[in-house]
Amino acid sequence: MTEPVNRPQSCWDLFMTFTWMALQGFGGVQAVVQRILVDQKKWLTPQGFLEDWSVAQTLPGPHVVNLTLMLGDRYFGARGALCAITGLMLAPCTLVLCFAALYQGLYELPAVRSMLHAMGCVVSGMIMGNALRLLQGLKGNPMGLPVCYALLSVGFVVVAVWRIPLALAWLMVGVPSSVWAWRCMVRPRALP
Amino acid sequence: MALHGAAQGIAMSLNAADWLHMVLHFLSLSLITFGGVVAAAPDMHRYLVDQQHWLSDPEFNSSITLAQIAPGPNVLFVAIIGWTLGVQAGGGMAAGPLAWAWGVLAAFLCLLGILGPSGCLTLVVNRWGMRYQDRAGVRAFKAGMAPLLIALMFSTGWLLLPPIQADAQHMPGLLLTAASVLLMWKTRIHVLWLLAAGAVLGLLGWV
Repeated sequence: MTEPVNRPQSCWDLFMTFTWMALQGFGGVQAVVQRILVDQKKWLTPQGFLEDWSVAQTLPGPHVVNLTLMLGDRYFGARGALCAITGLMLAPCTLVLCFAALYQGLYELPAVRSMLHAMGCVVSGMIMGNALRLLQGLKGNPMGLPVCYALLSVGFVVVAVWRIPLALAWLMVGVPSSVWAWRCMVRPRALP
Repeated sequence: MALHGAAQGIAMSLNAADWLHMVLHFLSLSLITFGGVVAAAPDMHRYLVDQQHWLSDPEFNSSITLAQIAPGPNVLFVAIIGWTLGVQAGGGMAAGPLAWAWGVLAAFLCLLGILGPSGCLTLVVNRWGMRYQDRAGVRAFKAGMAPLLIALMFSTGWLLLPPIQADAQHMPGLLLTAASVLLMWKTRIHVLWLLAAGAVLGLLGWV
């Protein structure tokens, strides 16, 4: 695995990066996480991001919160985790409570609804665009690219089309593919 | 948040034992919030609205909507719920800074309840994973999950799409999504530009 180019310089760097990331996360932070941590800050490679994200998604709790804690802890221990999570939560929390205090009826206005609908379309596209970028993280996967793409298609059908609960999807797709990856790793195919 | 008179009266009855009970409820939910905290929203609704009558239905729903549209993690809807309850317990928004302080404190407690246990588990697993990251099992898990993860991201984007109908009414939305996919995939354009463009197009009523 290639090493990431950068790392956060300090707890303050962590705090500011996660604050800035959270404030861009309209409709959820998930759509901007990868753009900032992988493309802009280069704290993670695409492959490294996939690995960390898979752990963050498997554990209970919000995925972005989990990833934030993991990264903060990795760089600066418990102090880093605390700085990163405070960065992620503090500014947006202040903002959202101010909204709550001031404008309860705001999002019932037609113009606001229409704006939110359009932003929802953009967020949906951003997430799928991110997924396309992540495909490069599959290079070097021990299962090989064709198997990866097949698993990806099955996963999409199971979750997006059949709407099977996430836990069941992990069991049906994630567990067999992990076992298969393990087999591929312990018995690597003979080099040509 | 502006208060409904009836709900205010009900919420005033929250005593120390009630607060403890609520935080315990959030603590107990924390470790089963797989797939995000919004997935646990139905259970919170059952507890806060149907069972305890601490929140009205619109108050609960608007917390979720507000957290979705505002920047930041969607789990912040839990903070809004705490804030609403805290302000009510403090005598309502009109009661002044003391009520607001109650709201902030309650928001913090609720967030801590829902994030504390899962956060601790994440830290423990993370440290364990780093120590054993070269073990075949850990590497196989990460490699095996990677395709499913990308599938999940596609699915999330897909499910957020407006209804797929290629009629005149939905075309602008789909085009906007397609443009956003392409720009995200092929360029390094800043996400704020994309979001701002969406906001403007929506406000103009073009989408």
